Amino acid sequence: MTTLLTATKVTKRFGGLVAVNAVDFEIPEKSIVSMIGPNGAGKTTFFNCITGFGKCDEGEIIFEGTPTQRLRPDQISRLGISRTYQNIRLFAEMSALENILVGQHIFLHSSWMSAVIGTPKVHQEERIALAEAQRLLDFVGLKGQGDMMARNLPYGAQRRLEIARALATKPKLLLLDEPSAGMNPRETEDLTAFIRQLRDELGITIFLIEHHMRVVMGISEHITVLDYGEKIAEGTPAEIQKNPRVIEAYLGRGAATEGMATAHERHSDKTNSKLR
Amino acid sequence: MKKENFLWSAVKTGLIVGVVAIFICFVGMVEVFSKRDVIEKLITLGQFVLLAAMFSAGFIASRHTSSLLEKNKPVSNLVAGLVAGLFTGLVLALLVVVGAEVNLRAVFLNATTTLYDVLTLDKGVGNVWILPLIGAVAGLLGAASLLLPQILRRPITQALVFVIFMAFFSGLFRVVMINQGSDMSKAAKYLFGQTGLTLEGTLIFFLGVIAVSMLWSYKGKDIQAGVTRLPKAGRLSLRVIVYALIAYVALGLPQVSGPFIAQVIVTVALFVLMGLGLNITLGFAGLLDLGFVAFYAIGAYTVGLLTSYGAFGLQHIPFWVAVPIAVLVAMASGAMLGLPVLGIRGDYLAIATLGFGEIVRLLAGSDFLAPFFGGPQGIIGIQKPCLGTLGPFIRVDVPRVCNGLELGKPQDIYYIAVVSAVIIAFVAWRLRESRLGRAWMAIREDEDVAEALGVNLIQTKLLAYMLGAAFAGLGGAIFATLIGSIFATSMQLIVSINVVSLIIVGGMGSIPGVIVGAIALIGLPELLREVSEFRFLLYGATLIIMMLAKPEGLWPSQATRRELHHTEVEAGVKA
Repeated sequence: MTTLLTATKVTKRFGGLVAVNAVDFEIPEKSIVSMIGPNGAGKTTFFNCITGFGKCDEGEIIFEGTPTQRLRPDQISRLGISRTYQNIRLFAEMSALENILVGQHIFLHSSWMSAVIGTPKVHQEERIALAEAQRLLDFVGLKGQGDMMARNLPYGAQRRLEIARALATKPKLLLLDEPSAGMNPRETEDLTAFIRQLRDELGITIFLIEHHMRVVMGISEHITVLDYGEKIAEGTPAEIQKNPRVIEAYLGRGAATEGMATAHERHSDKTNSKLR
Repeated sequence: MKKENFLWSAVKTGLIVGVVAIFICFVGMVEVFSKRDVIEKLITLGQFVLLAAMFSAGFIASRHTSSLLEKNKPVSNLVAGLVAGLFTGLVLALLVVVGAEVNLRAVFLNATTTLYDVLTLDKGVGNVWILPLIGAVAGLLGAASLLLPQILRRPITQALVFVIFMAFFSGLFRVVMINQGSDMSKAAKYLFGQTGLTLEGTLIFFLGVIAVSMLWSYKGKDIQAGVTRLPKAGRLSLRVIVYALIAYVALGLPQVSGPFIAQVIVTVALFVLMGLGLNITLGFAGLLDLGFVAFYAIGAYTVGLLTSYGAFGLQHIPFWVAVPIAVLVAMASGAMLGLPVLGIRGDYLAIATLGFGEIVRLLAGSDFLAPFFGGPQGIIGIQKPCLGTLGPFIRVDVPRVCNGLELGKPQDIYYIAVVSAVIIAFVAWRLRESRLGRAWMAIREDEDVAEALGVNLIQTKLLAYMLGAAFAGLGGAIFATLIGSIFATSMQLIVSINVVSLIIVGGMGSIPGVIVGAIALIGLPELLREVSEFRFLLYGATLIIMMLAKPEGLWPSQATRRELHHTEVEAGVKA
């Protein structure tokens, strides 16, 4: 298997705080890899380094042979990297369909002048884009809700719309930032199947940040664990579950004897029930 | 929490509205307005304003009562309305009584005897008891209006609004109709008096609107269905007929209305142009630009310098060549503004652009650049547009002779302005529906996400600034030829604020909203001469009320509308 993305010694500082510290990372093509770690471990910051949201201070990220750290986010998205966000960031005042159409921006080439004149080429392009947007909407199971304003969609639908919008850029690498946040067990199961489907049918490489251990352990082929910005472990789900450093990072030294996955889930169940 | 007694709440409402009414009296509005009639010999505008205050006191009290009692209780509602209106009337009566004893003019210049006469319906201080009485009746009516079933309330409200509208603009309609010939002139004199509607006219309008509205609520659905059932060709021809009618009215209007109204419409059209421009930067792309008048000024000055035969004219090339150049210059200046402020967001952007607008105005009017732009003297002698060939260029200070039709009068500029506004509205609409429009809206919603989806922020934002500036530049160019001279003092900050306000009132991001907003905020005050003294008071009040009652604007953009429709459909399915 070839490597799609290689990160070497990626470091990001916010003032005196080292959010990500010399992390080496690799994503093989057509794989599903995850990054886990306690809150504030630097996972999302690492995501931002990859997508160009916040430039990393040191290190190098190479995507399919192209170094990305000098590129703007829009150029990086043209290379084939797309993402969703931890707290959903849809274009709230636009319709679901328009959200997806924005995702197709990079494939539309008509200039503003030809759009004003309304050349046949523009019409053709718009028609294809609209059909593609409809198809994506159906694909994520939001058929017939294209005219709904994004902010009025139910929570789960918003998550799926965000994925549809990310898919509209035809990514080779899709970054999902806590896609199962706020979902019930049933929805989480659907999501897991859906992520697998993305990889198996569309051949998209998936890189996932997730707190929900059942999802992570269920679908990841490779897991990296961050704590205080440093990589403390990596390996297959089975290896990670047994790794004492990981258990310590999550639950403190005392809990290291307990099975980590179950303990974590008990914890998250508790917080979830508090939330409800 | 213990709930308030509804009567006490009604008393409070009445007192508050009473204080507002006194405020309206003290700023002199009632006195000025009473020089104009709503219905001739029956009710003046001043009295109408007070009546409206009492009526709304009743209405508000009635609504409060419903929410306090958690349902409509007709008796309680009516009592609350009555009490509220009564107290509003009492407050005003108190003003009259106090005013008769104490000389309030020492502090409040407008507390004149004329005001007291208006308040007591010219019956003297002795009959001051009439005020609370009227208040109670008006409040009662206000409360009753809330209790009316929807099917009655809507036609009556529409009829009232229409009558008020006709009363406000009676002078306008009268002039237009009298210019039409003797038949129309007779009709005009029957419907409209010198300063307001006649009683007959009021009744005709009131009942007419009620009839039409009732008919529409019964048959409207059928008519709509009938139109949608029409074959495609039929629908197309229907549309063509409607457009042709609009075009006919638009083309004929300045011929019958005279120069004043033509000029008002030109002003509205110029603000529509500016509004459409700012609608791109602010409404679509969400970039608040408070220095928008700068582009207007740049367009105006470019045309001025290129066509003037005054002291500062450089050339006098034909208007038709100068306008595209002005648009291009404005566009370039849009890019010049855009480049330095690309990275600035939100409030900071507003202040930076504010600075830009002031710089342009101050430079244009400065002594430093007076040799080029005329400084405080401005640029005069701007050549009028000429349909036909221009005579040869002799010297800068000699105007070129127009062999053909010279479009000098406001009625002529009207055509240029309206056609430009229509074209620009079309361009704005096409842009909105294009990939660029979507990219702008994405930037408005979330700049970072838009960039992560492949939208080039630099290019897209710059285009927004440039196209917005181009539209405003076109407006400025037409303004220069309309007035025939330009002064830096007419490029005040208030113009920019007006443009921002009209966009917000019309509906952010909505193209018809810009037109509605321009008519409401620019056109109406121009036409209502009586109001001009209180223009900014009413302006501010309108903005506040609009933002409280209808923050999405008078004509919200398509997306909001589509969604409202969508929920209706869904509700229909569920029901």
